[in-house]
Amino acid sequence: MANLQFDLVSPERRLASVEATEVQIPGADGDMTAMADHAPTITTLRPGILTVVHGGGSDAYVVSGGFAEITATGVSVLAEQALPRDEVTQEVYDQMVEDAKTVYGRAQETFKNEPGPVDDAAKLLSDMVAIGGHIGLTAKN
Amino acid sequence: MPSLKDLKNRIESVKSTRKITKAMQMVAAAKLRRAQDAAEASRPYTERFNTVMGGLAASVGGSDSAPKLLSGTGSDQVQLLIIMTAERGLCGGFNSNIAKLAKTHAQKLLSEGKTVKIVTVGKKGRDAIKRELGDYFVDHVDLSEVKRVGYANAQDIAKDILGRFDAGEFDVATIFYARFENVVTQHPTAQQIIPASFEQEEDADVTLYDYEPGEEEILADLLPRGVATAIFSALLENAASEQGARMSAMDNATRNAGEMIDKLTIEFNRSRQAVITNELIEIISGAEAL
Repeated sequence: MANLQFDLVSPERRLASVEATEVQIPGADGDMTAMADHAPTITTLRPGILTVVHGGGSDAYVVSGGFAEITATGVSVLAEQALPRDEVTQEVYDQMVEDAKTVYGRAQETFKNEPGPVDDAAKLLSDMVAIGGHIGLTAKN
Repeated sequence: MPSLKDLKNRIESVKSTRKITKAMQMVAAAKLRRAQDAAEASRPYTERFNTVMGGLAASVGGSDSAPKLLSGTGSDQVQLLIIMTAERGLCGGFNSNIAKLAKTHAQKLLSEGKTVKIVTVGKKGRDAIKRELGDYFVDHVDLSEVKRVGYANAQDIAKDILGRFDAGEFDVATIFYARFENVVTQHPTAQQIIPASFEQEEDADVTLYDYEPGEEEILADLLPRGVATAIFSALLENAASEQGARMSAMDNATRNAGEMIDKLTIEFNRSRQAVITNELIEIISGAEAL
């Protein structure tokens, strides 16, 4: 089966650059899996788990937004913040949820009568909480 | 003519100055390497980002509904200058070069009758332009507590600037920083970030992408990130430039101190010899007088 080149970069470092057979992406409009010869697509990401399947197994990363560029031969993910799955400890995760909560709180204050930004922030928070469910950590209340 | 003791004291003091500058040079060299690594590590992101944005901007940019961050507000009356310098001095012409460029730019805008607002990042640049342009300051970002600039710092600055833009406080934003070329050369640079401009490679074969969600939603999502990315890479370039400038400034200072020590030592030896000669003459002439 044809492979595709997978790159995961964040502004601070390059996290991964491997040959992969498939990449599961948490797209803003829903999860999708990219394999070789995918139609060229650009999608924004929601906070979630990104999984790369390659010859030697699979790697998971927690990403917190950004976008992915998919071409027939490769996938480049530009994540605002990305961490390998193993590096996300309860502490790191708590911090992420906490950040999302702050954003939500601030959105509620600033946009009292506009549901748009508040809903976005609420979605961000629920996405964050959902990540916990996927990797076996629970959010503090 | 300074006395022997004075000369000796001066030599000692120059020697300790040289020790300090030498140490600073070595610290700067170590920090420079780290700063360069950080700049290097951010490059893939910035490059990819700009390529994608270039493609998007080209396809949406022409339409009327293009976001304001891309098309501008239709005016260039109010100009925001974001002047990024170091938090500390003793780095040669680094701070003053950026300040000078920003000052010239601001004066030009003012003479054209534009309104100028200034946000400073880094204490030194603020001090340098305070006397002339202090009235135009609207905000200051203090990074003196930050040991290593991260993307979060850039995001904070970007958030602040975007907030001002949404509130209609300015039309055009330009950042000033020093682009790192090598240890000896850093170029003070002005870069317009709002409205955003992306170089478009003409010969690049254009791939037609599907966009999820729509092109315009993606653009609206990415443009604010673009501002943060531009600021982040400017911060990193600045950090590398600062250390580079400091390293060469301290290298010069160390060398100058060395020369000064040599000169002073020669003077010291000469006057010591003069004292000895003097004493001898006194003894001899005293003996002769007997």
